[in-house]
Amino acid sequence: MILIDLDTCDYCGACVGTCPENVMHLLDATLLVDNTGCTDCGICTYGCPVRALELVKEPRGGAAREVRV
Amino acid sequence: MKSAYDVIVVGAGPGGSTAARYASEAGLDVLLLEKRQEIGAPVRCAEGVGTETLRRFIEPDPKWVAQAINRCRLIAPNEKYVEIFAPEEGLVLERKIFDRRLAELASELGTDVRCKARVTGVIKQNDTVTGVTVKHLGRERDIHCKIVIAADGVESQVARWAGMNTVVKLVDLDVCAQFLVSGIKLDEADTCWFFVGHEYAPGGYGWVFPKSNNLANIGLGISPLHTTKHKETALDRLHLLMERFFPDASIVAMVVGGIPIDGKPRPISTNGLMVIGDAAHQADPMTGGGITNAMIAGKEAAIVAARAVRANDVSLGVLQEYDRRWHREAGRAFKPLRSIVEQIMEFDDAFFNSLADELHDRPRITLVDVFKTAIRTRPRLLWDIGQLVAMGWF
Repeated sequence: MILIDLDTCDYCGACVGTCPENVMHLLDATLLVDNTGCTDCGICTYGCPVRALELVKEPRGGAAREVRV
Repeated sequence: MKSAYDVIVVGAGPGGSTAARYASEAGLDVLLLEKRQEIGAPVRCAEGVGTETLRRFIEPDPKWVAQAINRCRLIAPNEKYVEIFAPEEGLVLERKIFDRRLAELASELGTDVRCKARVTGVIKQNDTVTGVTVKHLGRERDIHCKIVIAADGVESQVARWAGMNTVVKLVDLDVCAQFLVSGIKLDEADTCWFFVGHEYAPGGYGWVFPKSNNLANIGLGISPLHTTKHKETALDRLHLLMERFFPDASIVAMVVGGIPIDGKPRPISTNGLMVIGDAAHQADPMTGGGITNAMIAGKEAAIVAARAVRANDVSLGVLQEYDRRWHREAGRAFKPLRSIVEQIMEFDDAFFNSLADELHDRPRITLVDVFKTAIRTRPRLLWDIGQLVAMGWF
């Protein structure tokens, strides 16, 4: 699943366009990942300009929003 | 907001607002939706644009033009540079004001503009898009229409909900980071800089777009494939560039983002839907510039929408006219442009250094001179440049 570092994320949306499963959503100023649909491909982490995304190997089916503070 | 319109445009960037403006001008009933609370903010752009192309849509206004650009400086990895006259005069914009002006133009012609209105899904009937679901201030509602124009940017989801494949592959993405920088002293405010070579920006290039002698957009774009190999982001690279060339600069804004860069035509319409701008991967494959391309696409989509609504037929067969018009107006240059870029990316930094060594003290250089010198040692470039010449470029 994907962890979003909200201190680093600038909610630019680059990752959203690269997600093959369309489970990332950009709200006004918030990025959401629906980890229940995430397939752990990690592509979004390479599309991020600021290293705000991290792929962590945990069982799928986490909460709709994973936040690391 | 009413419950039905002729056309709903999703996204109020330059493409969406231009589409809304021309659709309203053609007499259609138009709704323009922006998910953010403010049109034009936050800026996700280097704000450079070609003056002549922009003039096809709007006369430049000092209210949203920061600086006119007449020259470009191509800086090689050895820091020698070649200064050329820009092939066309350029402008550095204030996108926050520019974008809002374009939305105002649409609204003056009758477009209903709403911000903080996020589209959360599309409504489909018989395989045709017939509306969108909008969340506005906590309330979700369905709004119906004859045609949806998706101008929802790199993070586009409307086209995907409608069943089109607009996923951005990593090889087709430029990942960018930029600072709006003050406290610098540029010798010429009308000269933009391009940092060329892998040492600066692996798989891309760096830029300085001045807004005055003391204020500039300084940024770069890299290939995400570099990030996969070296765990280094666009922002990491930008910090290196800043330390090397502008160590004392103050950073007054940070802008990051991704640009979808395509080299081959892709379907950009389906039943009841047309896709424009970054959502349709319409940024220039060489420069990454997308403002005027999105505006061209917006206008063409609006023209086709007006015809389709009048004919009461919004099927793919009718809307595909938009694909053809986009190809004719701009899209057909993408294949040779992408091919040139791919060849340039194969050159090593020693080649860029030798090019700069040869040209840097020659006066009155043009882009054609640079290409001529490059072709001498890299003749394969000739084929693609020839195609652009045949299309009326240069």
